[in-house]
Amino acid sequence: MNKMPARHRFLSLAAVSLLFALLPTTVSAKKLNVVTATTDMAALAQEVGGDRIDVESIAKGYQDPHFVEAKPSFLLKLRHADLLVVVGLQLEIGWLPPLITQSGNPRIQVGAAGYLDASQFAEILEIPTGVVTRAMGDVHPLGNPHYWLDPDNGRRVARGIAGKLAEIDPADQAYFEQRFQDFDKRLTAAEQKWDAEMAPYRGRKLVTYHNSFTNFGKHFHLEVIGYVEPRPGIPPTPTHTIDLIGLMKRENCKLVLVEPYFDLKTPNSIGAATGAKVLVYLPSVGGEKQVTNYFELFDYDINLLKQAFQ
Amino acid sequence: MKNRILAAAVVLWFSFPLWGQQASPPDLAAQNAALEQRMRELEDRVIALEGKLRILESAPAAPAQPTQPGAAVEAGAAAPAATVPAAVPAPPPTEAAVSVATPAGQLPVYGGSSAAAKALNPDVSVIGDFIGAAGGNTAPTLATLHPFPSLEMHESEIGLQAIIDPYARGDFFMSFGETGVNVEEGYITFTALPGGLVAKVGKMRSVFGKVNMMHNHVLPWVDRPLVTTNLVGGEDGIDDAGFSIERILPAPKGIFLEATGQVLRGDSADVFKASSRSDVSTVAHLRGYTDITESTNLDLGLSYARGHNDATLPLSTVTGDFLTQLYGADATLRWKPLRRSIYHSFVGRGEFIWSQRQQFPREQRAFGFYASGDYQFGRRWFAGGRYDRSSRSRFDNLTDQGAAATLTYWPSEFSQLRGEYRRTHYAENRDSNEFFMQLIFSLGAHGAHPF
Repeated sequence: MNKMPARHRFLSLAAVSLLFALLPTTVSAKKLNVVTATTDMAALAQEVGGDRIDVESIAKGYQDPHFVEAKPSFLLKLRHADLLVVVGLQLEIGWLPPLITQSGNPRIQVGAAGYLDASQFAEILEIPTGVVTRAMGDVHPLGNPHYWLDPDNGRRVARGIAGKLAEIDPADQAYFEQRFQDFDKRLTAAEQKWDAEMAPYRGRKLVTYHNSFTNFGKHFHLEVIGYVEPRPGIPPTPTHTIDLIGLMKRENCKLVLVEPYFDLKTPNSIGAATGAKVLVYLPSVGGEKQVTNYFELFDYDINLLKQAFQ
Repeated sequence: MKNRILAAAVVLWFSFPLWGQQASPPDLAAQNAALEQRMRELEDRVIALEGKLRILESAPAAPAQPTQPGAAVEAGAAAPAATVPAAVPAPPPTEAAVSVATPAGQLPVYGGSSAAAKALNPDVSVIGDFIGAAGGNTAPTLATLHPFPSLEMHESEIGLQAIIDPYARGDFFMSFGETGVNVEEGYITFTALPGGLVAKVGKMRSVFGKVNMMHNHVLPWVDRPLVTTNLVGGEDGIDDAGFSIERILPAPKGIFLEATGQVLRGDSADVFKASSRSDVSTVAHLRGYTDITESTNLDLGLSYARGHNDATLPLSTVTGDFLTQLYGADATLRWKPLRRSIYHSFVGRGEFIWSQRQQFPREQRAFGFYASGDYQFGRRWFAGGRYDRSSRSRFDNLTDQGAAATLTYWPSEFSQLRGEYRRTHYAENRDSNEFFMQLIFSLGAHGAHPF
């Protein structure tokens, strides 16, 4: 068998090298890989990213976002991510940092161009002003991280994500901007409808299991008078439950909202003692199968509240 | 007449602006809407500025190097460029971030007395580990198991963790015991290497199996299994200075495959002993992981370690001629239903370790394993059991056996009370029954450990 001459071998190698060098340009229209910590950030990213991004959330919508396991399978998503969107305010502190470190992906390291802390765009409530200690429970020193439950914050975060996507993919800047404008319009219309639906129930009092309802309550003028947890992250105690029952009776509070990942035993006993309705509300997109986007999240919760208050 | 027409025309002319100012109701509504829109925009700008301020105040050390090429400052980089009405000028670097130019030979001065300087401090945590023991355990002379004293502040682990720069983070864990201080781990992790590589340099717990990597406070037991004590150096384990490189390997969809290689000095408890610079030890680990269902996953690992040991020839004190090789296989099955993840979970573990230790007069081939299960039956409650069996690395004909049962209670996420009953049957046909009570408490921001 004849051997290939050295010159031909060199030319073949050069041709193959050239082919590989050109390969990336032929797939330049590839979508951006966006990974988010929660489904809500994924829903907002999808709104503005449209078909120019592939977005995936690490946490599920029915999962407690404070306690997600840092599974290695998440590394498979993170290692190819162009952008990582986190809720921030230390919501993910218990599980996300080792995943970021282990991902081997320089683009999404804290401080890199592909790391986006969405909390910077949102109005943050309950920022502790005095000394913060663990005696307050699992308190978030930078403020309440459940900010996406105010549609105005949803708009601000979506705008921030659109800006970041445009920064990573400048060629599609106009597309992301147009997607944001469209989302803004639809959200404004939906907000008017939601505001009108909730207007009759202004000032209504309720109790939630965890302190996750503050932003929703502020936007729709509902008053959260207490929590089933004595402190954030601390399971209910008999003393606190008795105090809460007393408070609810005094304030004539007739609604207890529970996040889908908490046990209903204590809320049900509170409901039985006070005559309050106990309902599972959704703090996140994907909390139920039918809630697949940011609009459906508010539709679901507002319908729930309307039925509860009627 | 002409004058009157002229006057009427002048009046009409000047009345146009007035007519324009007296807006009809729809115009008023439009004006209100515009005003509201403007207010919303102003509110958004204030919130955006607050957010930037928050990010700057809570920023880790990484953004504090604005002069380095490629150092994307998060707050700046994350500005919603096209859509936020006004860009906010970048703030001047904080006092802590400025390196003061000094004459040659002197170190630059960092930090300062301003409150902002503290923002760049590493996360500091302290974890206390107090153990009380009751019952009898008179370990035979040749046993490697060292019983706990009656009451002991077993360990106080201080963690210092921070992002060093845009390319690396640093983690230090100092272990204060009753006999002194030990840098349990202290390493830099390079997170921005090309090719998906992650490298560590410093002192670290090696990736041999599962238990060797675990700090005391994350163990599911008060003690460590017999196989760890007999073959892998016990609590200290293979914990040595060197460097480590890991990478995720290509694998079929849904399977996570990771390879790690480590080169260490070769001094690790009583497992490895380096008598010359060339006596480095090596550790290799291959990890495979898959999600079986949303709630259940399987984690498998293969490990290998090789290094010189402290065996000597008769009438000689020269070490370094004898090698120890360790082979390990580990399996972990986890179950945690996502909707009730804070209430119920199960972890089943097993590690199998083979040791080949060259020594005079013959190589010792020891084998040991443990199998354990831990079930969480309430938000604060866990129960577990463990079975151990292991021969000793220096005496492969001596095999110890043990069993343990644990009950764990979490008053909160930051403290843990655990009781353990342990029964040990030593190869010398001696039995021990012990009760341990352990209290672990955590102060400050202790970073999460890898899964």
